[in-house]
Amino acid sequence: MAKKILLKNDHIPGIQSYDVYRANGGYASVEKALKSMTPETVLEEVKKSGLRGRGGAGFPTGMKWGFLAKPPGVARYLVCNADESEPGTFKDRYLMERIPHLLVEGMITSSFALGAETSYIYIRGEYYYILRILEKAIEEAYANGWLGKNILGTGFSHDVYMHIGAGAYICGEETALLESLEGKRGNPRIKPPFPAVAGLYGCPTVVNNVETIAAVVPIINDGGEAYAAIGIGKSTGTKLISASGHINKPGVYEIELGVPVEEFIYSDEYCGGMRNGKKLKAVVAGGSSVPILPADLILKTAKGEPRLMSYESLGDGGFVSGTMLGSGGFIVMDEDTSIVKNLYTFTRFYHHESCGQCSPCREGTGWMEKIMHKILDGHGTLNDIDLLWDIQSKIEGKTICPLGEAAAWPVAAAIRHFRSEFENYVKNPSSIRDVKHYFRVNNLEPALN
Amino acid sequence: MAVAEIKFTDETLALVQKMVKRYPDGKHKSALIPVLHLAQAEFDGWLSREVMDYVASVLKLQPIEVYEVASFYSMFNLKPVGKCVLEICRTSSCWLMGAEDVVRHIEKKLGIREGQTTADGMFTIKTVECLGSCGTAPMLQCGAEYFENLSLEKVDILIDKLKQENKRRTYTELISSK
Repeated sequence: MAKKILLKNDHIPGIQSYDVYRANGGYASVEKALKSMTPETVLEEVKKSGLRGRGGAGFPTGMKWGFLAKPPGVARYLVCNADESEPGTFKDRYLMERIPHLLVEGMITSSFALGAETSYIYIRGEYYYILRILEKAIEEAYANGWLGKNILGTGFSHDVYMHIGAGAYICGEETALLESLEGKRGNPRIKPPFPAVAGLYGCPTVVNNVETIAAVVPIINDGGEAYAAIGIGKSTGTKLISASGHINKPGVYEIELGVPVEEFIYSDEYCGGMRNGKKLKAVVAGGSSVPILPADLILKTAKGEPRLMSYESLGDGGFVSGTMLGSGGFIVMDEDTSIVKNLYTFTRFYHHESCGQCSPCREGTGWMEKIMHKILDGHGTLNDIDLLWDIQSKIEGKTICPLGEAAAWPVAAAIRHFRSEFENYVKNPSSIRDVKHYFRVNNLEPALN
Repeated sequence: MAVAEIKFTDETLALVQKMVKRYPDGKHKSALIPVLHLAQAEFDGWLSREVMDYVASVLKLQPIEVYEVASFYSMFNLKPVGKCVLEICRTSSCWLMGAEDVVRHIEKKLGIREGQTTADGMFTIKTVECLGSCGTAPMLQCGAEYFENLSLEKVDILIDKLKQENKRRTYTELISSK
């Protein structure tokens, strides 16, 4: 059953504008927090809600906020991560474009809890047109007294500024984002210290994803317990899922965590089933970084239980037979898809996006792309498949930031679950020539025998 | 177009001053990326060494601080580009939905390969990584605008339209339609 919290008012014409947003209960969470709550009680509600970071890592938000150092006389910052770049993910774009005031409202309420007088929204450079939308929303919020000095006469002052990036996936990593916000290359920092202690300009900083900050609004309006009652187990609340690929209805869907994967793919309420009546071959469930799963394992766990859209169920089986919810970038592939070619686009992506700081990632991503290119060029050997496996295993866990893992996991999973396809490309190089420049590659598996 | 004198317009300079004020005192370096966007838009769509030096002087930074940033981010062009840079997304979902066909089609139509610029300086073809348009794939970006759910016919219409417009498209332009 679709449960809309963030996108509850998405259908209302003009909800982009302040007047309509306000008329539909907008900015109530700011009023409630500033007038009848303390920063501590706001934090308490967020902890009770069980909200987990929606950018991909799934770290409990209340705990992250709780780590924020509060030395007297030192500024604290809230930074919104709107650098949405994980392939397959476009939910933050949707949210900011459709309901920009929800993010602005969440920024104010969250900043009140954190004691931050200044916050920044770091948005990826390619979303320049959304920067304009948010700038307008911020202007309207100032004009109506929700931002600036002494908001609602409570003594709390807050300024929100937009900051534009310029095309770098790595800036979605929170310390790279802070470097970039300071006007530098997006090289991730060594941790500790964590941003909660020394973040932006060396000051205590919380970095949260767009969707996470937006979720604070309903949590404060309706209470943390009400939010925690939605969802399943430790996967509380709702999640925006970006559905793309070979499905009838690609788009952004807000789901109650715990919806069965099968229902999500086939129900008319969500993806509406496979395009052209094709069979499901594989799914990348949480953005390009998470392991790809073949149809049988995405629909059911290795134990034969229905797989659910939740942090725990998607992770069931570890990486042997499971995956991750990640950012909710749900890429669906039909039976005609070449997993090898799709993986090539991923390896090229990570090579392109590696910041170059750590040798295992800088060199390893390049090697993996080259070997994938070699295989697709018809010159691969069976040893190359083992070599790919070897390289990815030597990147994982050996880098400053998680881009190393993000680059390694898709390679490992593709080989783990689709090794025969790689072998077929190696054994029958002539079969590749026919498909090289076409995106809809025929399923080559039957040719194996 | 040769740049005789590299200098922001008064309007842009005022905007730069406004941008610098978003950050605490002494943290004006934070404005570097936003200002480089303005520079690229104002000076022919790319950042020459002279333009980068000028940005350094405006923001009171060392030139190397500007070079190292400009060379890190993929949206900054360090070589001249056409008036319209067609940036076609090539990552997973777009590829699944036919991005490669879009690239081949544009290459054929314009008679250049990816990474090249047409002789008349009108178009540059560039393939880029995921632009967050996976549900409306395949897509391309030109200036600040996204063109989504592309078909080869739509690409033809778009290229004709851009040719007729015959103006430089930049990231910083305002889009009234969205």
